[in-house]
Amino acid sequence: MLDHFTPNKDIQSAENCKIIREFARKHGITHFYEGGACGIEHALLPEQGLVGPGDVVVGADSHTCTYGALGAFSTGVGSTDLTYAMVTGSLWFKVPESVKFVCKGTWQQWVTGKDLILYIIGMIGVEGARYQAMEFDGQAIEELSMDSRLTAANMVIEAGAKNGIFRIDRKALDYISGRVQRPHKVFESDPDASYRKVTEIDVGSLGLQVALPFLPSNARNVEEVRDVAIDQVIIGSCTNGRLEDLEIAASILQGKKVAKHVRCIVIPATPTIYRTALDRGYFDTYLDAGCIISPPTCGPCLGGHMGILARGERAVSTTNRNFVGRMGHSESEVYLAGAAVAAASAIKGEIAHPREVV
Amino acid sequence: MLSGRVWKFGDNIDTDIIIPARYLAYTDPKVLGQHCMEPLAPDFAKTVRKGDIIVAGSNFGCGSSREHAPIAILAVGISVVIAKSFARIFYRNAFNKALALLEADICDAVNVGETIEVDLTTGLIKTPRGEVQAKPIPSFMLELIGEGGLINHLKRQLEERK
Repeated sequence: MLDHFTPNKDIQSAENCKIIREFARKHGITHFYEGGACGIEHALLPEQGLVGPGDVVVGADSHTCTYGALGAFSTGVGSTDLTYAMVTGSLWFKVPESVKFVCKGTWQQWVTGKDLILYIIGMIGVEGARYQAMEFDGQAIEELSMDSRLTAANMVIEAGAKNGIFRIDRKALDYISGRVQRPHKVFESDPDASYRKVTEIDVGSLGLQVALPFLPSNARNVEEVRDVAIDQVIIGSCTNGRLEDLEIAASILQGKKVAKHVRCIVIPATPTIYRTALDRGYFDTYLDAGCIISPPTCGPCLGGHMGILARGERAVSTTNRNFVGRMGHSESEVYLAGAAVAAASAIKGEIAHPREVV
Repeated sequence: MLSGRVWKFGDNIDTDIIIPARYLAYTDPKVLGQHCMEPLAPDFAKTVRKGDIIVAGSNFGCGSSREHAPIAILAVGISVVIAKSFARIFYRNAFNKALALLEADICDAVNVGETIEVDLTTGLIKTPRGEVQAKPIPSFMLELIGEGGLINHLKRQLEERK
């Protein structure tokens, strides 16, 4: 999946992509997603049922940890490790210690998996789970949508974790059935499993989160972030380009206008999500509001293309990293949030809670 | 025994600092080296010398799985990175690419520009103000460095099987 610089960004990246395209053709790679079939890998693989419970997944992208939401052990590696795994069928691992987050209570309106994971990273820090497995459990997790679980698992790397893992419940089985064709096995944590730490979280008191530059751990309640004028909003990425995110954004943007000086770019993560959003009329909402609709791509998240920031510019983004220069110039700033805060901020032209605009 | 001048960086030096994503389309290590640490230290690549040593705080290499990060550091001639701790994927990538890493908290024990000596096999670091013992590198990872990285190791394995 050539998602990072797709559609081809420039000659150099086009040449690199061509090498992979020719390799895929030469070796008859079955799951090579080209052109209008291409989406953001970590959204497309779960959607297409290519990852299932019990799988061991390694990918040459740090957000490969996303598939923990499907009960897979899934972790990012470099391309050399990936080469070794492809050639030999094996790879060495150290078994990580586990930390567990037990979530209870009732979710507030607008609050999603993005807010939960930003809150947790804010609590434990960007190396708070370094080399550990982050396990999510509790009654509130059962109420969390699959899209939100994928979002939370996606960002465990931002706390340094090796992988994230969710218990497979009825909702997860419903998602998997009809998608995953291969035999798969559901594993559960042992009742006497030992944890380095167990943390209880009352999601009832969890508000919408924003992570200030330049670390994902700089998480705050959105109410605490005042008078931050913005130039751009990104709603998309492997973290938040799924249907739930597009639905939330559409519900807030419905009948509203994006602030005059703001570029609001919506990036559906896969062709299926794109078409569903179109069929449900979200595109009309976005276009009426003055948004830009992008084809599926990682694009601006990593400062690749399709929405780069100039010196001094600020973005609210539903992506996963707000490091120095992540989305462009070293003196630009990225504020991480979920789709609700992103859409509300696009309308207000500064970082905002949805209740300020709807 | 390695000997080199010290460059100091802080905590959470992420892969977007080590090599910004806008350069990821380049495959020539020399070009990647020219942009190493650019967002934080634009002159680093121009003034770093072969054999120099990076000293940093915790969580060095956090972020992306891009191997351009260890490749860029190697390309400018850094002989070893010494940090309080390393991010997991970067740690693996570095050894796979034959970049040596040592875990030790020496940021406050060394000054920028001074020369320190490092014994990779024992993990002993000699600074102008005394010695610090780093966590020794596991022997199989030292072997990886000796072989020039995991790809060479794999080639040798495949050769032996023939």
